Amino acid sequence: MIVKRRKLSFFERLYLPALVAGLWVTVRHFFRRKVTMQYPEERWVVPPGYRGAPYLVRDQDGHTKCVSCQLCEFVCPPRAIRIVPPGPDAPPADRRNAEKMPREFEINMLRCIFCGFCEEVCPEEAIFLQQDYSLTGLARGEMVYDKEKLLALGGTHQDRHLKWTRKREEAAAQEAFPPATAG
Amino acid sequence: MSSTTPSQTTAADTLTVRVNGREVVVPRTMPEAVSGKAVPTTMIQACEAAGVTVPHYCYHPKLPVAGNCRMCLVEFGTPALGPDRQPLLNPDGSPVIRQSPRPAIACATPVSPGMEIYTDTDGVHAMRRAVMEFLLINHPLDCPICDQAGECKLQEYALDHGQAASGFDEVKVHKPKTVDLGPRILLDAERCILCSRCIRFTRDIARDDALGIINRGSYNTIAAYPGRQFDNNYTLNTADLCPVGALTSKDFRFRMRVWFLKESKSLCAGCGTGCNLLVGSRENRIHRFTPRQNDAVNSCWMCDEGRLNYRWVGRGDRLKSPLNRRSGATEWGTVLDETADLLRNASRGSVAVIGSARATCEELFLLKKLCQHLGARSDCVPREGEADGLLVSDDRNPNSHGARLTGVCFTEIGINLPYLANDIEAGKIRTLLVLGEDLTKPELELPTDLLGRLENLIVGDILPNPTVDQAHIVLPGCAHLEKRGTFINVNGRVQRFFKAVEPPGQAMPETGWLGGLLERLTGEAPARSAEALFNQLAEATPALKGLTWAALGDQGVTVEV
Repeated sequence: MIVKRRKLSFFERLYLPALVAGLWVTVRHFFRRKVTMQYPEERWVVPPGYRGAPYLVRDQDGHTKCVSCQLCEFVCPPRAIRIVPPGPDAPPADRRNAEKMPREFEINMLRCIFCGFCEEVCPEEAIFLQQDYSLTGLARGEMVYDKEKLLALGGTHQDRHLKWTRKREEAAAQEAFPPATAG
Repeated sequence: MSSTTPSQTTAADTLTVRVNGREVVVPRTMPEAVSGKAVPTTMIQACEAAGVTVPHYCYHPKLPVAGNCRMCLVEFGTPALGPDRQPLLNPDGSPVIRQSPRPAIACATPVSPGMEIYTDTDGVHAMRRAVMEFLLINHPLDCPICDQAGECKLQEYALDHGQAASGFDEVKVHKPKTVDLGPRILLDAERCILCSRCIRFTRDIARDDALGIINRGSYNTIAAYPGRQFDNNYTLNTADLCPVGALTSKDFRFRMRVWFLKESKSLCAGCGTGCNLLVGSRENRIHRFTPRQNDAVNSCWMCDEGRLNYRWVGRGDRLKSPLNRRSGATEWGTVLDETADLLRNASRGSVAVIGSARATCEELFLLKKLCQHLGARSDCVPREGEADGLLVSDDRNPNSHGARLTGVCFTEIGINLPYLANDIEAGKIRTLLVLGEDLTKPELELPTDLLGRLENLIVGDILPNPTVDQAHIVLPGCAHLEKRGTFINVNGRVQRFFKAVEPPGQAMPETGWLGGLLERLTGEAPARSAEALFNQLAEATPALKGLTWAALGDQGVTVEV
C-alpha cells in the first residue's frame, strides 16, 4: 500500500514551533501533582479484586481449608499448581469429617499467570489471589512455594459457611445412628 | 420349505418397537445376566438397541434386575385393540397407540409388539428431575473429598437432569462414614443411594452373600453380615459397580483424582485367564487397574488379587541397567556384543534356554529363533495355583499357550527342566540363558548349587532375585505394562496389550535385546515392533494362521490350541 504523504507547510518546515510546543508540555508538568512513586520504598496499594499471587488460607478455627480435590490443578492453564494427594495411608487431616487434605501443595510462581481460575474453581474457598504483585527470589527453586509457605502467606479467611464443621455438628446432634426410635 | 423356515423363525423370535419414533427390531427374549435363561427383552434393552441411553443407577447389564432406583422411568404406549381383539387403525393405516396413563421403569418392563417408548418427553424429564431430587435429599454432596467424583453417575445425571436447588428444608440424615466393610472396601453410608448393585454382585456373581441392607426408611444402610467381613476375592468390583462414592477402594483411596488418569488398554498377567483391564496412570506412575469389558473373557469383572498386582512395577529396586559382571560393562551395546560373543563361542549343545510363560508371544518367538540358531534346548517354568471356578485359573502363567505354540516348551510346561538340570550337573550344559524366571525358587526342586556350576549365566529379568545375583550378565527387561505384545489365555484367546508407562532407566523390552542378540549372531536384524513380530509369528504358526495384529482388535480372537 502506498501512503500518501502530506506536504508540510512552511511553518511546519521551520521546526522551531514544534520544539517550543514540546518544551511547553515539559514545563506544564512542573506545576502539576507528582505521579512518580519511589518504588520500592513506596508501594502501590492495589485496589480490591486485584489478582495478585494465589495463596492458601486457613479458616478462623485454624484448619487448612484445602481438601486436595485437585480442581485448581486441573484448571490451571500454565500448570503452575501441583498437588500430592494424601493417599490411603496419610496421617489424618487436622479437621474431622473432611477426611482429606493435601500432602503437598506447590505453586510455581514463575509459571503462574495470575488468571484467578484456581480461586474461581475452588469448591472450598481455600485459595485466593491476594495482594502480592512483586514476587522475587534468587533461584528458580525459591519461586516454587510449598504448602507451608502458601498457608503462612495466605493468612486466615473468615469463612461464612464452615461447611464441614456444620456437617459434623449436624451429625452429632442426631446422636446415634440409627436413632433408637427408628428401631 | 427351507427358504421360508428361517424367516418364519425370525418373525417369531423378534418384535418391532418404536423408541422416540424410530423403529427398532429386537429379539423377543434375551439371556438373563446371571442364569443365562431366556427372559423377555426389556424396554431399556430395546432403547440400547435403538442407540438411546436411558439414565439408570440400579440397572446393570451383567446383574439381575432390581428396579429400585426409578431413574429409568419412561413413558410408553401400546397398540389399541378393538372389541374384536384386532389393532385399531388410524385413517392413514397406522395403528392407534394408546399411551399408558403412568410411566414404567425401563429396566424391568418387557417390550410387546408395536410398543412405543418415549424417553424424551417433558413428563420423562420431570420424573428424572424428581428422582434426582429425592436421591439427593440425604446425599452429603461432599464431592471435593469423594474418590468417585469424575466418574459418578450422581454427578453426571445431576448435570443432565438435576436442578441447582433442593426443595428439602430439613436437616439431612447423617449416616456413618468411613465404615470398614472388609480388608479392601470402605463404605460411606451417607453417599449410598441403595441401588443394591453391590449386594446383587456379591450374591449372584461372586457367590458370597455377604452384603445386605439394614435399618428402615431414611436410615437404610448397606452392611456386611454381622460378625463377618466382606472379604472375598472380588470385593473391589463393587467399588467399580457403585454408581456413587459409597463403596470405595482402600487401595485407591485419596490417591489420585480419576480425571488425571491416562487409561491404557492392557491385560492382567496374574493368571491364565487374561482379564482385560484399563491401567490408570499419571506421569509414569500406575495408580489403579479397572476391569475392561470383554464378554469372552472376564465380562465386567476381575479379581482383587489381579487388580492390586501393580505396585511392583514402580519399585525402586527394579533392574535399570545392563551389566556384565566380568567386564564391568554397563552399556547395552557393549553388553550385547559380549553376550553375543559368549554365545557364538559356546560349543553346539552346551547352551540351554529357560524361557517364561509370563513373556509375550513375540518375545517367545524371538527366543525360539535364538534357540534354533544356537541349537539350544529350552523349557519354561510352570506356575500352578488353585482355580476358584470364577475368574482365577489354576494356571498362573498368563501365556502358557504362547510358550507352547512358539515351541519354547512342550505341552507339559517344565517337563524338560529336570533333564536340563541333570545336564548342567553333568557339565554338558555350560551356558544358560534365563528369561524372567528365578530358578532358585524351592518349588522347582532344582539343586541349590545348580547355577554355580555354569560357566555363563545370562539372565534377563525385571526385579532382583537370587538368580539375577548369580548371573554373569544381567539384561534388564520390562513389565508387560511397559511394552506392547500379546498373550494367549487358557482358552486360546489371543489378546494384545499396550504400553501404559515408561520403563525405568535403561531397561528395554525383551524383544529389543533379543532382537539385538539375534542380529549380532545371525547378521540379520529381526523386526522390532510387536505388530511385525506378531504377524511373522502368526505366519509361521499353524494355529495362528491368518491372524494379524490389527485383526486382534481390543477384544482378542479365540484360536484352537
